Amino acid sequence: MNVVVCVKQIPDPAAPPSLDPETHTLDRSGKLILDDSDAYGVEMALQLVDTAGGGEVTLVSMAPNSETGGLRTALAMGASKAILVSDPALKGTDALGTAKVLAAAIRRTPFDLVLAATESTDGYTGTTPVQLAELLGVPSITFAKSVSVDGSTVRVERQTEAGFDEVSSPLPALVTVTAGVVEPRYPSFKGIMAAKSKPVDEVTVADLGLDGQVGFDGARQEILDVVAAESRSQGEIVQDEGDGAARIIVFLEAVKAL
Amino acid sequence: MSVSTIWVVAEPSSDGITTASLELLTAARGLATKVEAVSWGPTTSSNAQVLGDYGASTVHDLGDLGGNLPGVPVAAGLAALAGSSGAPDAILIPASYDGRDVAGRLSARLDRPVLTNVTGLVEEGSLVAEHPVFGGSLTVRSRFTAEGPGIFVIRAKSFAAEPSGGAPAAVAALAVPDTGPTGTATITASHAEDRTGPSLDEASIVVSGGRGLGEASAYAMIEELAALLHGAAGASRAIVDAGWVPYSHQVGQTGKTVKPAVYLAFGISGATQHLVGMKGSRTIVAVNKDRDAPIFSIADLGIVGDVHKVLPALIDALKSR
Repeated sequence: MNVVVCVKQIPDPAAPPSLDPETHTLDRSGKLILDDSDAYGVEMALQLVDTAGGGEVTLVSMAPNSETGGLRTALAMGASKAILVSDPALKGTDALGTAKVLAAAIRRTPFDLVLAATESTDGYTGTTPVQLAELLGVPSITFAKSVSVDGSTVRVERQTEAGFDEVSSPLPALVTVTAGVVEPRYPSFKGIMAAKSKPVDEVTVADLGLDGQVGFDGARQEILDVVAAESRSQGEIVQDEGDGAARIIVFLEAVKAL
Repeated sequence: MSVSTIWVVAEPSSDGITTASLELLTAARGLATKVEAVSWGPTTSSNAQVLGDYGASTVHDLGDLGGNLPGVPVAAGLAALAGSSGAPDAILIPASYDGRDVAGRLSARLDRPVLTNVTGLVEEGSLVAEHPVFGGSLTVRSRFTAEGPGIFVIRAKSFAAEPSGGAPAAVAALAVPDTGPTGTATITASHAEDRTGPSLDEASIVVSGGRGLGEASAYAMIEELAALLHGAAGASRAIVDAGWVPYSHQVGQTGKTVKPAVYLAFGISGATQHLVGMKGSRTIVAVNKDRDAPIFSIADLGIVGDVHKVLPALIDALKSR
């Protein structure tokens, strides 16, 4: 079974984010790392291919500046190869443009299943995977908390407001996984060394035939301005001297919560 | 160019229409002269009253979807309706599990971009969407630059749901077009999680725990305190990612938005991801061992201390009342 995993390389979430002063879009010019959310999809793909007894895990990613740091992390976990769409023209691409790029890239490799995170940590639009499924013409099951493949059927436990649904669909299909769906492995030293020589197929927007459909122009939306939101003022901050619980009770009584 | 027609994706719930959908109808009727709903499920006709009350003149009924996940058939129905009766200026979709599926499918079908994580909509010639970023400290305002329909995915509790006293919506059947292989994801069974007390969305008190709890078993104290206060138990993304609690408990940018009367945060530092989901709470109490934790900057009462001391003491004190 061949599984494609969509992965995103993002600015380190531990570092304070900033907006590009000219475009008001997220500044992604620094070093990029593998989005933590994507490690679950990579691990799930590796396990599914292992269970199926054969096949490949292929990574698909998009970045404006040939960044491969995050891809190497996922290759070190065990993915076989990567397709990286990299082009300065991608700067400013929105969710739908991203889906078009990923769809065109995925069509370059055979697949039974496409996995993605429910949303990225930095942009969290959360629509790209389903847009991608529509463009690929395959069914999608989002918010998976468990995934198994049985012959040509994928079975998913899908998070719902009330609990979860059991959902199944024929392959090929796209599934988005929630964090915690599996425990991602740490890359071994051997894996890290092997990742350095695994193939990363770098393609451009023109290679995919998507000129004019990506970037700021393709997004067909604009940011008017960025304004300070209404802020809350800080209240009383006290050191617990053994009276913390009592203080909370006084507070709850004062606001009539008790 | 003003806004004349808005469609609202009105998601059915076990007892009618979701509150998030009614919020969108309320917002839509303040922005457009004509508001129509698109809904589905076995009982749409019995929802015509409430849909009309919140502002829909017509509900386009896709009927029972035959066990299919709603994303594909609802988006296909919306696209077909736009083709047959003309596209509206905007389509408002709740940011729920199924709503996000509808938005993604519809966007790709119509080749229209989507604006997501919207928490405000204003009319300035065209619709301008507000999105909170960086924990809600900044608001980005954006709009579409090409012809409509504009697809907006709107977070719950961005608007108040208020009835207008309107007449029941006219029910118009809307056939689900053939969706080929895309529409083959089928629900084979549904499971409800055991829940005592109010839901996280609706609770007037929310008690949340984070990484500062130290280990998964300590979350039981959060649940116990929530039960004692007749509230709901929430969680930060960190402990959901760590597998301590299910995703359905997650409060924040990628989880639920809550606006309770009191929000109590234990061992939550207050990453921007979390703050955006709870800073609308009327009052906030935080307990954290780090005096510099960002959560304290928005807390009405902050206790700098060990959650493993404060939490059991609070539970004991409430039990003995």
